[in-house]
Amino acid sequence: MTALLPPSPKRARLLRVLLPWLVPLLLLTLWQLLAQVGVIPTRILPAPSAILQAGITLAATGELWRHLGSSAARAGTGFLIGASLGLVFGVLNGIQPKAEVLLDSSFQMLRTIPPLAMIPLVILWFGIGEQARIFLVCVGVFFPVYLNTFHGIRGIDPGLLEMGRVYGLKRREIISHVILPGAMPSILVGIRFALGIAWILLIVGEQIAADSGIGYMALNAREFMQTDVIVLSILLYALLGKLSDSLARALEGRLLPWHPHHRRAARSSSELSPAV
Amino acid sequence: MTIPAVGCHLQTRGLSKSFGSKQVLHAINLSLEPGSFVAVVGRSGCGKSTLLRLLSGLDPASTGEVVINGQPLRGLNREARIMFQDGRLLPWKTVLENVGLGVRGNWRHHARELLQEVGLRDRADDWISQLSGGQRQRVALAKALITRPRLMLLDEPLGALDALTRIEMQQLIETLWLEQGFTAILVTHDVEEAVTLADRVLVLEEGRIAHDVLNDLKRPRRRDDPGFARLSGEILDTILQRGQGNAESPQHPQGSRTQRSAPARSGWNGFGAPAATGISTLSP
Ligand SMILES: Nc1ncnc2c1ncn2[C@@H]1O[C@H](COP(=O)(O)OP(=O)(O)OP(=O)(O)O)[C@@H](O)[C@H]1O
Ligand SMILES: [Mg+2]
Repeated sequence: MTALLPPSPKRARLLRVLLPWLVPLLLLTLWQLLAQVGVIPTRILPAPSAILQAGITLAATGELWRHLGSSAARAGTGFLIGASLGLVFGVLNGIQPKAEVLLDSSFQMLRTIPPLAMIPLVILWFGIGEQARIFLVCVGVFFPVYLNTFHGIRGIDPGLLEMGRVYGLKRREIISHVILPGAMPSILVGIRFALGIAWILLIVGEQIAADSGIGYMALNAREFMQTDVIVLSILLYALLGKLSDSLARALEGRLLPWHPHHRRAARSSSELSPAV
Repeated sequence: MTIPAVGCHLQTRGLSKSFGSKQVLHAINLSLEPGSFVAVVGRSGCGKSTLLRLLSGLDPASTGEVVINGQPLRGLNREARIMFQDGRLLPWKTVLENVGLGVRGNWRHHARELLQEVGLRDRADDWISQLSGGQRQRVALAKALITRPRLMLLDEPLGALDALTRIEMQQLIETLWLEQGFTAILVTHDVEEAVTLADRVLVLEEGRIAHDVLNDLKRPRRRDDPGFARLSGEILDTILQRGQGNAESPQHPQGSRTQRSAPARSGWNGFGAPAATGISTLSP
C-alpha cells in the first residue's frame, strides 16, 4: 500500500534494495518451519539452519575454502584460456575474410558437438586430472565468445569503417578505435553467456572425477548421505554463478559507459536521489 | 586566429563511373577554382554521392581521372575531408575525442578551439548519443576542419536537420569557409541552400552536368532578395522540367560536351539583377 503514498526518495531507494529479497526470505522461513515440524524429512531436504550449520563447520575445518578455491581456479583458468582464444579467432575471422573462409566452417561444425558428449574422449586424452576439466570449460567457453565477437565485428556500421579510412586512421587504429569498441557490446554478451556455461561444465566435470572442488564435495557427501552438504554445494554453485554474472555486469558498466542503455540505468538511479 | 589554408585546385578529366553494366557518371569534366564554393544539385540517384566518393578517392573511377593541384589522384585524397549526411561519429568516444580522431600530435587544444567555434565548447566531454542531430553535425564539421583540409566535400550534411537549424548551420559553414579558404563542394537537395552558399551551382542529371550556373550574389545572401529568389526558382524549374521528360528539353549532352564553356559563366551580378543569360544549358 506504500505505493499509493508519495514515498520519500530515501524510502523509495530502501524499498528498491530490499524488495527483491522479500520473496526468497519468505520461502526460506516457510522451509525452515516445515522442516522443523517434520513435514519435510531431513533426509530429503534439511532445514536451512542445518545447511548453514554444515557450511559453518566445513568453513571452520578449512575444507570449504579448499574446495571453493579449486573450483574457482578451474573455472577461472578454463574461462581465461577459452575466452581469449574465442576473442582472438573472433577478431581474426571478423576482420580477415581469408581467415574466415579457412576457419569459420570448421568452427561451425565443431560448435554443434555438445561439450558434455566429449567427456569420455576427454578422459581418455587427459585422464581424470586437472587438464580434463579445464579443457571442458575451455571448449564450452570458446564458442559463445567466438561467435559473439565475430558477429559483433560484422555488425559494425560500414560507414564508420569508411569514415576511419577517410580520416586517415591506420589499420591498427581502425581495429582499436572502431572495430573493438564497436563489437564490445556483443563481445560482453558472449562473455556473460560463456560464464554461465563454464559453471555448468565444471559441475559435471567435478562430479565425474575429482579429488577436490564443490562437485567433489557434493559427490562425497552423497556417499555419506549428508544431504545438508549436498544442498550446500548446490547453493554454492548458485552463488558463484550469480557472482560471476554480477562481475560481467560490472564489466559492462565499465567498458560501455557510452552505451545509452548503461547511461539510462545510471540516470534512473540518480533520479531517485533528491539532489538531482 | 587560424592561418587561412589555400584551397586546392581540383579538376576532373572524363571522369566516369559504372557499377556493373550501369553507368552512373558520364565523362565529367570539371575545373574548380582554388577556394571556390561549388554546389551540386540534382534528383535523387543522379550520382551526386558517387561523384563525391570519386573525388575523395574512396572509390576508384572507371575511366578518367581526378587531378588535385596538377597531380592525378591515386588512392585516398589526402587533401580532402568528407562530411557525411549521417555524421558518422563514434558513439564510444566523447565529442572531443571524435573531433581529434586520427590527428597526430597534440590536438586537444585545437579541438577545443574548434568546438568553441561551432558552439559546442561545453559539450566536449559528452557522448555522441547525448547530442541532438544538429549538434552532431556541428561535431562532424569540427572534426572535418581539424586537419585544415584544402578540399571539403559535404554530402548533404544538413539533410536531416530542421529548417531553423539548417539556416544556422549554413551560416556556420559559410563563416568557416570564408575564414579558412578551403575549396568546398556541397551536395544538396535544397536549391536555396545551394544558392545561399555556392559561387557556382552544378546541376547533375543522370550522371552528366546538365547546367553550370554562376552565382555572384553578394554575401551574406538573403532569401528575400529578388535575385536570390529568381535564381533559385530557375534552377528548381530546370531540374523539375527535365525530370518530367519535357519534350522541349534537349537530349542529354554527350560527355565530352559537358565541359564548362564560356556561356555557362554568365550569371547574376552582385545586386540581384539578372544578367543576359540565366541558366545556360550545355547542350548541342
Ligand atoms: N556501390 C554501388 N553499387 C551499385 N550501384 C550503386 C552503388 N552506389 C551507387 N549506385 C547507384 O548509382 C546511382 C547514383 O547513386 P548516388 O548515391 O550517387 O546518388 P545520389 O545522387 O547521391 O542520390 P541521393 O540524392 O538519393 O543521395 C544510383 O542509381 C545507385 O543505385
Ligand atoms: Mg547521395
